[in-house]
Amino acid sequence: MADYEPTIIAFVCNWCTYTAADLAGTSRLVQPANVRMVRMMCTGMVDPKYIIKALLEGADAVLVSGCHPGDCHYINGNLKARRRMKLLKEILPKFGFDERRLKMTWIGASEGIDFAETIRKMTAEVKVLGQNDLRTRMVL
Amino acid sequence: MSKIGKIAVRDRDPVSSLQDFLKLLLEKGTVEAVLVQQRLPINNSVMPALVTDVEKLGWADPLAPAFPLNAARMLSRLTRKPLDAPIAAVMRPCEIRAFIELVKLKQGSAENVILISADCLGAYGNTDYAKVSGLGAGTQSTLAFHRNVISGKGTATEDADISAACKSCEHPVADNADVTIGLLGTNLEESLILIANTQKGRKLLDDLGVKEEDESLDLRRKAVEGLLSERVAYRDRMFERTSAAVSDMEKLMNYLGACVNCYNCRVACPVCYCRECVFTTDVFDHEPAQYLRWAKRKGALKMPTDTVFYHLTRLAHMSAACIGCGQCSNACPNEVPVMELFRTVAHGVQGVFGYSAGASLEEEPPLSVFHEKEFSEVTGGID
Repeated sequence: MADYEPTIIAFVCNWCTYTAADLAGTSRLVQPANVRMVRMMCTGMVDPKYIIKALLEGADAVLVSGCHPGDCHYINGNLKARRRMKLLKEILPKFGFDERRLKMTWIGASEGIDFAETIRKMTAEVKVLGQNDLRTRMVL
Repeated sequence: MSKIGKIAVRDRDPVSSLQDFLKLLLEKGTVEAVLVQQRLPINNSVMPALVTDVEKLGWADPLAPAFPLNAARMLSRLTRKPLDAPIAAVMRPCEIRAFIELVKLKQGSAENVILISADCLGAYGNTDYAKVSGLGAGTQSTLAFHRNVISGKGTATEDADISAACKSCEHPVADNADVTIGLLGTNLEESLILIANTQKGRKLLDDLGVKEEDESLDLRRKAVEGLLSERVAYRDRMFERTSAAVSDMEKLMNYLGACVNCYNCRVACPVCYCRECVFTTDVFDHEPAQYLRWAKRKGALKMPTDTVFYHLTRLAHMSAACIGCGQCSNACPNEVPVMELFRTVAHGVQGVFGYSAGASLEEEPPLSVFHEKEFSEVTGGID
């Protein structure tokens, strides 16, 4: 189990974290290939159901990453996203989901190094948590 | 601001005395219409009705322990555009609280509405109410119910009891209504208490010529406290039981096992606020090949799919606004204990955001506001 490769679904903001991820790539920073990125116009449009769906389909963790507070392209979408993450961190653990499978970070457009580091760390953390077996199990 | 008055009960019949009180509203022209639970001429069943004819209020039965649906939805229909003249709505405390949530979601307006609420001693689920009301014609069963409860005989009959939502409800009194009709701590066969909680309520009682009484509310307070401690104890046991019953995915699936994705709970939910639910759009008309792909990956795919997904999404969307009326369970054809699950989760969610759904118009719904500095633990302590 310790040796499995986790799948992380990342909902990233077009203006900040996506650009940072792009920068990490073009800078040839080495990072694990465990992340499936979904580019959103803003983390403020990440409906809780996207995250729930990802976990029910067997994602080992979900990352939501947007602009630093104050930098949101749409003024405050990231702060709304933070409340929704708080909500999910309250609800999902009641059904046995480890809260650490839900992560939110602020990564600005110029922070490619930060992005690569976040992914490295998160992949290692999720490996320790073990696999989300819902991927291959029947979910009602 | 608060004013205390009295309704004298004649012929030991609080229901017809309440009808008289409501008739007065129409006769004096204080309101143009009254939205109130009404006994239907057919079947002796009870439904909310919008009444403009004074005589027709003779069918009103605001105290009937029936709760066919949450009337907040009906009041929201009446108030989504400005009303020309005021109307009165006689509703249960949980209906008032649901309506307050809807007003905050801009799906109704309290502007020209006078909210009246009697103390709620609970109500039977729809199938159970049919058994209870069959016993006597008209308001007989209503009077019997209240006599039993107030005298301490309880709510259970031979083959029915009030719903679990009511037994676990810690809001039997609507302090947020304009006028509260007090039943607790009174002798129902003699008089009912009228309490104006707002300026609007006070004006109403003044217009009707209700005399200010120098009445002590001590008995009432005691009765309310007694009922509350009973209900909170029941509620906490329910939370504990439910939390244990859904503590991992396996258990949650067991819990929801009888769900057939009819979505009745969503239709019945007064605070499920989306005009169109995503679960009934073509987003969930998956490609036939997609079902096969899922089935291949998992070995077996339960159909219809997305049952747990639906309930978890609904929890994420409306648990902050859940007022605990229990209509979800009332509407469930397969006796899935939906109310227990939703109330348990909602209690935690509302606690996290320091919010009490339906308590007041001033408190902002938690997912419609945010602060610059808050919940920094979500982002690893950085904000």
